[in-house]
Amino acid sequence: MRICSSAPRSLLLAGAFLGILTYGATAQQAASPPAAAPAAAPLPPGSALIGRPDNEAAQKLAPVAPPPLAAAPDKLPLAKLKVPAGFNIEVYAAGMANARSMALGDKGTVFVGSRLLDKVYAIVNKDGKRTAKVIASGLYRPNGVAFKDGTLYIAELSKVSKIEKIEDNLDNPPKPVVIYDKLPKDEAHGWKFIAIGPDNKLYVPVGQPGNNVLHDDAHGQIRRINLDGTGAEVVALGVRNTVGFDWNPETKQLYFTDNGRDWMSEDVPEDKLNRVTKVGEDFGAPYCYQGNIPDPEFGWGHSCSEFTPPVGLMGPHAAALGMRFYTGSMFPKSYKNAIIVARHGSWNRSKKFGGDVVVVHLNKDGTVKNIEPLITGFLEDNKYVGRPVDVMQLKDGSLLVSDDWNGAVWRVSYGKQKVAGQ
Amino acid sequence: MRKIITALAFASLAFPASAETIEQRAAACFACHGEHGQSETENTPSLGAQQAPYALIQLFMFREKLRTFEPMNEMAKSFTDDDLSKLSDFLAKLPKPVPPADAGELTRMQRGQALTQQNRCNSCHNADFSGKENVPRIANQREDYLVKTLGEYKDNSRHGYDGTMADVMGPITKEQIADLAYYIARVR
Repeated sequence: MRICSSAPRSLLLAGAFLGILTYGATAQQAASPPAAAPAAAPLPPGSALIGRPDNEAAQKLAPVAPPPLAAAPDKLPLAKLKVPAGFNIEVYAAGMANARSMALGDKGTVFVGSRLLDKVYAIVNKDGKRTAKVIASGLYRPNGVAFKDGTLYIAELSKVSKIEKIEDNLDNPPKPVVIYDKLPKDEAHGWKFIAIGPDNKLYVPVGQPGNNVLHDDAHGQIRRINLDGTGAEVVALGVRNTVGFDWNPETKQLYFTDNGRDWMSEDVPEDKLNRVTKVGEDFGAPYCYQGNIPDPEFGWGHSCSEFTPPVGLMGPHAAALGMRFYTGSMFPKSYKNAIIVARHGSWNRSKKFGGDVVVVHLNKDGTVKNIEPLITGFLEDNKYVGRPVDVMQLKDGSLLVSDDWNGAVWRVSYGKQKVAGQ
Repeated sequence: MRKIITALAFASLAFPASAETIEQRAAACFACHGEHGQSETENTPSLGAQQAPYALIQLFMFREKLRTFEPMNEMAKSFTDDDLSKLSDFLAKLPKPVPPADAGELTRMQRGQALTQQNRCNSCHNADFSGKENVPRIANQREDYLVKTLGEYKDNSRHGYDGTMADVMGPITKEQIADLAYYIARVR
């Protein structure tokens, strides 16, 4: 049971000072001493900026927004992207501003949501020619898409809707019909990734409504609902903000990425890869981060041992988002049942981290064995030339990667390159 | 007032998309937003030296009706992607707005300054409030427009491109918004 409360002023101050100390220990550049901080009054409880030191290095950091216009096909940074030997990368489709989560239709249509626009796109393959078109608009932050038995599910900020028989009606799609809207309307971490599990239920996350807040019973969790919107049930607690999950094809266990908080320090906490082994497990937010760091503010009176630890860490401020188990046979054997993760890349760090797609190999016990790069080059001179959001396997075993910076979808294949039909 | 603004905007909508230079086309903007980047119209922002990426995002949102204000939606609807980019680059080169002649009441200025420090406005908007990239210049913006905008972010009637400002404004009161706007409009 959690209730919203305002933390005592002394705790807030303690948090702020700890943040400064940790920061100073890791930052390399000689910034002006953080002497200005004590002069300022403490931040209001729940502020997105708690823990942020008031120094020059911190002032340089702000959330990075992608350009609103999709990059023209001839301006895409294809030549800058690198894949391991034997792999190929190509443009699958372009011109979809703010392309985010992806879902695959039975007939091969690729559906793509957006977060900063109001649109859901479809990449249609017809007579060997691929085109991207808008199939729904006027939606509010329609980041999440899922597909099952002919029906497309769309998650907006605070509701889930569906379009039946979508692939039969791509030229004139009907309006989405709402199936579930008992969701908070907070902007912070309100956009959603969704997916349908092996239990045939739709999984819907509700992030914490801020950077580091003591959330109520309606937030900080993953729920599942029946495909008609009934039977909502909380599956995981203590979830700060997950924007990607999938089920282990062997154990059927749910794995999800979760983003760590901002402004604690440059190097911690790291984002997590979590595994749900039983319904109702608590993953720690906001009391404990990365499995072993008590939060400087909310961690008092708690121990990290109260919470389920992550199966692996995904890097500081890396924004590990979309992830799927690779079940295809096109990639080398070592990729089978490994997890491919899109790391959108940091903003809350002086030297940007992530901005790549990685392969997470698992041990037999389902924990992380190692992490290897699959696509790099999105980050150039500490600036983004692209940002991967979601990954999705096609039927032939090749992999699609969405990129909300360029408004494009990339395709990675292995072996002698057979370009997907234009 | 809204009627007047709308009328002004529509009056200057004679905007043949053809051979005009961006300077000629921007004359329509000046009708409400003021020449040389400084607005003299109630609730209407000064645009001078605005960060080009921020201006581009706003123009795009007006065109796509992701941000709603009828005269601006009307104005932007025929713009091509290229028009939006050129116009935002042009606005960034206009002179920045100047602070009003009155230096402001000392106690209110101090209150406003303390609030900007407390809420770390300099994180993102820079110490001099000049903004960077997708974060707007707010220094010497019109006070009424600042009050309006901060209030709209707080109640989420102005949907930001992302949710950052809604998040930041959550705990801030109406009285604090008034002091913040008073100070930022006059900061030197």
